[in-house]
Amino acid sequence: MLTLPPLPARLLAAPIDLNGPGHYLHWGVIQISVANLVVIGLMLIAFVAAILLPFPRKRGRR
Amino acid sequence: MSATEHPTEHLAEHLDTHNWTGALRRRALRELPPDRLLPDSQPAYMSSWIYLFGVLTVAALAVVIGTGCVLALKGPQWWHLSSLGHYVNSMHLWSVELFLAFMVIHLWGKFFMAAWRGKRAMTWMTGVVAFLASIGTAFTGYLAQQNLDSQWISTQAKDGLNSVGIGAYFNVMDFGQMLMWHIVLLPAAIGVLTVWHLVLVRRRGIVPPIGAVPPEDENTSEKEDRP
Amino acid sequence: MKRGRTREQTPDSHAFPTRPYDLVKEAVIAVIAVTLLTFGLAAVFSSPDEKPVTVATWSQADPADFTATAVTELGGTSATAQYGPPYNTAADGQKLGPLPLQTWAGVKHPIDTANDFVLQPLRQTPEPAAVTAALARWNAASADQQTKWTGAYSDALGKAPNGDPAKVAAGDYGPVPVLTARLLQLGQSGTLDAQLLAEGHYFQTDYTRALLFLADGSYLQDQARTQHLGGDQWGMMNETGNYPGQAWLWLYTFWYQVQPYKSSTNADALVWGTMALLSALLLLLPFIPGLRDIPRLTRVYKLIWRDWYRDHPTPNPGTART
Ligand code: HEM
Repeated sequence: MLTLPPLPARLLAAPIDLNGPGHYLHWGVIQISVANLVVIGLMLIAFVAAILLPFPRKRGRR
Repeated sequence: MSATEHPTEHLAEHLDTHNWTGALRRRALRELPPDRLLPDSQPAYMSSWIYLFGVLTVAALAVVIGTGCVLALKGPQWWHLSSLGHYVNSMHLWSVELFLAFMVIHLWGKFFMAAWRGKRAMTWMTGVVAFLASIGTAFTGYLAQQNLDSQWISTQAKDGLNSVGIGAYFNVMDFGQMLMWHIVLLPAAIGVLTVWHLVLVRRRGIVPPIGAVPPEDENTSEKEDRP
Repeated sequence: MKRGRTREQTPDSHAFPTRPYDLVKEAVIAVIAVTLLTFGLAAVFSSPDEKPVTVATWSQADPADFTATAVTELGGTSATAQYGPPYNTAADGQKLGPLPLQTWAGVKHPIDTANDFVLQPLRQTPEPAAVTAALARWNAASADQQTKWTGAYSDALGKAPNGDPAKVAAGDYGPVPVLTARLLQLGQSGTLDAQLLAEGHYFQTDYTRALLFLADGSYLQDQARTQHLGGDQWGMMNETGNYPGQAWLWLYTFWYQVQPYKSSTNADALVWGTMALLSALLLLLPFIPGLRDIPRLTRVYKLIWRDWYRDHPTPNPGTART
């Protein structure tokens, strides 16, 4: 197990390893992985931000 | 064309050809003149970040297709055996996550804008079908992975499909069939739906705000702005 | 502005004032940004690839489960053997209300588990004399006798310590122990994997039989459940490890967690029927009064177009048609 993988494999290896036992949350009937919750949370944040953040007003009308 | 025809008949024919090709061209130009297909200006009310999610969905679809094509170049085994292949597979997976996330945010946005108003119902419906087709494409992609995921997903999903009779024709445990759906049929469907969706958007233009009235009726000084 | 049934129609977008906007530049920037984001996510997080289970790994890791499964395939009591359409006629399958869609679709992938999963693989490989004799005895026996043998052996395996075939109490199991012991050998050597796939062709792309056999055992399921992929674990939206999965399947998998779906024998058909109905509602939303009015009533649109409404005060946008 100590042999190093070939160079391209090392270059392409992910610094954050998401393999390994998954993390899950439970509320009553709801079970969700932390990963999915993060994705859904980011989507909601992006949606709310897209609506609330001011859109730059372009130089005057044509 | 016979030699006995009067010269002016030729002229008339040329100006207003009654053949299919001419009719198609005239129709296309009427429905979608170049300045509507690729306008260099947009209605003043198009001023929100939410409008970006449609084009982000298009962009993510381009990356999904691009990375999928690289995987296709090397064949279905490649990504299990090569670290470069695995990296391309990772790109394919993450671009799919982005594609669906952008699309769903786009859907939320269009819903709250009631963007089906003013003869845009077909735009909405092509969007919904594209959404369902994308879910099917992602699903068949999971089946084409050739790993534990594919084994489990196929043996589970078969029950749902069998229960309504689809499984008899769409066999999720047939790797060859699923790979074909994933890389040929469903992407083609998404491609057609996307082009159709975008053409519809351009033909009607971006939907006006709910209750908005063109300034002409509002009696402001912006009359000269209208095309 | 009129209220009620005759709401204001949406005007043509081309009648509004415009300002310069570069769609092509926007699209090019979007493609570059999404490409970079994808490169980044792929580099940082990679992607999962859990090795598939094979009959070989299964029969080596859990010979007891493999043997118990083989007996049910031979005796016609496995999940596949009792499935019904599209694999056989052992059951009617599920119904969507009064509609027996599963039966209507017919037996399109016929599978005879005793023959396809056990007897044929045994016959296709060099047979030790004991196996030849056992096969002959099995074939000569009545269906009734065969069922008695496999039933008795299944029960005995269930009672043996760890289900170990070597520790089964003596009894009348006919040729069954010899047949399943040989199948275990074929399984452990990897031969059975190839046989289940081969179906008489050289090139192969169809894993139906191999996967059905694997899924009849509990080994594959155990692997999947530890990864939270079980149906009652909202498994459809999950991915192995800590990767995000198909989060967009949340509603589909939700129904399986609640009554009346959860305990219905027609759960799959009911969930599919429900999702088909909901998809139709989403598709036809522009035409469904009530649903299409939600955007007008929630007033999120006033935030989205706040610039426009500020510059062009609109007395009563909420009376317009949606
Ligand atoms: C393949 C997936 C999709 C792609 C690539 C896509 C792309 C786009 C783009 C680029 C636009 C114009 C810019 C914008 O308003 O964001 C647009 C508009 C629109 N999309 Fe989509 N879309 C997709 C899926 C959907 C879905 C799932 C829905 C809703 C169910 C939807 C509904 C609409 C509507 C109603 C418009 C017209 C907006 C208007 O007139 O203001 N689209 N789409």
